[in-house]
Amino acid sequence: MRLSLPIIVPLATAVVLLLSPTRPLLQRWIAFAGSLGQMASGVALFLVVEREGIQVLQIGNWPAPFGITLVADLLAAMLIVATGIVGVAVTGSAFGGVDPRREAFGYHPLLQILLMGVSGAFLTGDLFNLYVCFEVMLVASFVLMALHRTSAQVEAAFKYVTINLLASSIFLTALGLLYGATGTLNMADLALIWSGRDSPAVDLVIAMLFLVAFSIKAGLFPLFFWLPASYHTPPAAIGAAFAGLLTKVGVYALIRIFTLLFNNAPPGLPALLLGMSAATMVIGMVAALSERDFRRVLSFNLVAHIGYTTAALSLLTPEALSGSIFYILHHIVVITNLFLVTGVMLRLRRTTLIEGLGGFYRDQPVFALLALVPVFSLAGVPPLSGFLGKLAIVQGSFAAGAYWVGGLVLVVGLLTLVSMSRIWAEAFWKPSTRGPDAVAPGRALLATIAALTLVTLAITIGAEPLFALTSRAAAQLLDSQGYIHAVLGGTH
Amino acid sequence: MELLLAIVAGVLYATGIYLMLRRRLAQLIVGLGLLTNATNVLIFTAGGLTRARPPVLPEGASTLQPPFADPVPQALILTAIVIGFGVLAFSLVLAHRVHQSLGTDDVDEVGRSG
Repeated sequence: MRLSLPIIVPLATAVVLLLSPTRPLLQRWIAFAGSLGQMASGVALFLVVEREGIQVLQIGNWPAPFGITLVADLLAAMLIVATGIVGVAVTGSAFGGVDPRREAFGYHPLLQILLMGVSGAFLTGDLFNLYVCFEVMLVASFVLMALHRTSAQVEAAFKYVTINLLASSIFLTALGLLYGATGTLNMADLALIWSGRDSPAVDLVIAMLFLVAFSIKAGLFPLFFWLPASYHTPPAAIGAAFAGLLTKVGVYALIRIFTLLFNNAPPGLPALLLGMSAATMVIGMVAALSERDFRRVLSFNLVAHIGYTTAALSLLTPEALSGSIFYILHHIVVITNLFLVTGVMLRLRRTTLIEGLGGFYRDQPVFALLALVPVFSLAGVPPLSGFLGKLAIVQGSFAAGAYWVGGLVLVVGLLTLVSMSRIWAEAFWKPSTRGPDAVAPGRALLATIAALTLVTLAITIGAEPLFALTSRAAAQLLDSQGYIHAVLGGTH
Repeated sequence: MELLLAIVAGVLYATGIYLMLRRRLAQLIVGLGLLTNATNVLIFTAGGLTRARPPVLPEGASTLQPPFADPVPQALILTAIVIGFGVLAFSLVLAHRVHQSLGTDDVDEVGRSG
């Protein structure tokens, strides 16, 4: 029951939202309360997993691998908590105002469904259910993205929908072949069968299909071009939820597949992932430097930093994987926060083009102070959480003997610093070209940004216990016996 | 039979991808539909084919005699068909919106105006 709550709570909230009257304030409160409930259930789950180890729920008491299995190990539990935090932040920011048309056409229930899909993807122990959760999440995100009629938004939505549907088809194809080859789709069962197989040709085809499908979702080179083409068009709160969660689900799927299935299969695969990640980092960052729109700068930064996490994953050592998990957690909070910061900018200046910004430091000192932490945390300035995450990845790659990966992370980190400093100088320090702002930034939005900034500071201050947790999570992932044992029971 | 279905799936994939690479939105959507169906045929074939052997216990027996049809791929396909149908309906509406707001269904034109 505990395990299914992070999925059931948003679903129930969405149902209540659909049935209750469409008064904006009522809807916002219900959505906010639902998200708080989801976060609480996530924290409760995390505490149990932390104390008692991997938790498994066989729905309807059908034994694995025949039934639907939900599994929470430390990685999944921590990501569920992060999902809850993003959910609370995004629903909380709705108090600052949502486009009325969107709100009338199901903005709040769709957001809950999105959170449900994300939680389901993190908790499922079965690849087909992972596909279903991906679809739930995607369809919700499609509608959220397309709930508007300006031509740029419609165009971006169409690109987004097409490429994601293609990725889903590839994923499903891989599932069909995998089922044909092994006769199961339960991840623990697959891990057992996969390690005893000897048909490299079929395995390689399946592995490549998975790699392509998840790389599209995660936004890895050369498959990331849809992401910066679409993430900057929806309103800031939706962009925040997408940027914080959706690509991370792709990375999570890659982590699962690589630690459970591919740790002993096609040898070139981690090397290929490493190459793709390196290219993602460099190209994403160079593109970020060439952009003049804050939201597009953030989108490309997102792409580049996804490259960090997958590069560290591809090394498959405990240190690097631990750094990767830490970076994912830090990045979810920071990128969500920064997209909400662009929301304030849109409200004040109606643009996120750098030409239209400036003067926030003088005109909106509170806002500037709150934005300071996420901007420089993303940039990796010590002692903030971004610096600690990068440090862990660099140390992990040096320990694994992959010196060039560590070097590349440092170079890209430097470029991130350049990119974020430029944003800081142009948007906050540079004197504004216009008169004082006509509207106030809005208390709800500022409170949300403040809360997320506090979470970033908490990650920074509590880095040591968090590193202890991510190290344990990485050890759990790399020793798949524990996972298999927890799901399939004592016979294996 | 496997060979025939494999060829059918291959042809569906090929036409689906070809149509997705075309410039018109309508063709893109037909391509998506073909791709979904190609995947379904593939799952069906990869799951193993049997003729007239439902996985139902005969009167009085307690175990099934192989070969029998595996019900799992059929369940997967059923789910995939439902999801594919919903998604296809959604993308049709979206294409209609694109056509409405941009007045074109040429992908290149859509890109230029955006």
